[in-house]
Amino acid sequence: MSDSHGHSHPHGQPHPFQPDIEDSALTHYQKLELAVGELLMEKGIFTGDDFRRALEDIDSRNSGDGARVVVRAWVDPAFKERLLADTNAAAGEVGVDAGAIPVTTVENTPETHNVIVCTLCSCYPRMLLGLPPDWYKSRAYRSRVVREPRPVLAEFGTTIPDDVEVKVHDSTAELRYLVLPMRPEGTDGMSEEDLAKLVTRDCMVGVTLPDKSAD
Amino acid sequence: MSGARFSMDSPVRIRRAWPPGHVRAPWYLRGCAGVVCRVVGEFGNPEEMAYGRNDGPKLMLYRVRFRQVDVWPDYGGPPRDTLEVEIYENWLEEAGAEAA
Repeated sequence: MSDSHGHSHPHGQPHPFQPDIEDSALTHYQKLELAVGELLMEKGIFTGDDFRRALEDIDSRNSGDGARVVVRAWVDPAFKERLLADTNAAAGEVGVDAGAIPVTTVENTPETHNVIVCTLCSCYPRMLLGLPPDWYKSRAYRSRVVREPRPVLAEFGTTIPDDVEVKVHDSTAELRYLVLPMRPEGTDGMSEEDLAKLVTRDCMVGVTLPDKSAD
Repeated sequence: MSGARFSMDSPVRIRRAWPPGHVRAPWYLRGCAGVVCRVVGEFGNPEEMAYGRNDGPKLMLYRVRFRQVDVWPDYGGPPRDTLEVEIYENWLEEAGAEAA
């Protein structure tokens, strides 16, 4: 092996392997989850195929669904009113299944910027945005964004002027939240499809703003 | 909504209590005063359901708004900043009218 492979570990010793999944012992709750799952299948409550399909449905969700809902609200004021009144029903109108848990849409305005967190665990509008990113679940984000939201937003590159209210939504119980960002200036002629490309996951959590220049 | 002890704009305080077990009232808000900004509706009590007791009475859930400066005395942002959180009725008590 040449010396040009760009990392430094003492040669002649075993290469430090990345641990495999099985290298750490199962936790109590991992064992419990496996046992309950196997028991439910043994008892015929659901089949392995049901389980796989449910997992595939969860995995197939992504923020494109949330973006379609947001863009429709941008182009159709009557839809926006329905979305703010009943997000799950309105999402259905654009063919998006927002799931059984009620979602509340919170609208960014020139006066108010909204940002979402779950300090207790990692509640997240998975049906509209897919699985949450690791930073959303991190202790740092969860503890800091309620304590010092403006510095946290600044670390995401988002500076909110002092004359705009920053409103943090701590999602602790029965509701999930979706941020409806403001439509960027200079997007008047754009198609819904092109607009949707501006609406990223992070915009709908409220840590960034749609960026026309990123188009 | 019928059966709700508090209504929109009621000044409320989160109880200053630290019971063991599964609790959904965030620790950092215990003792803080805010106002009800939405009566969400009745839901099963997660503090009971966490232990498999699913048939108990339902609990009213509220959205409560706090001023950040009331939550964090040394809050570094402007006084207009707020925080909204879902709180079950068993965690709320009446607060004086001083809350925002």
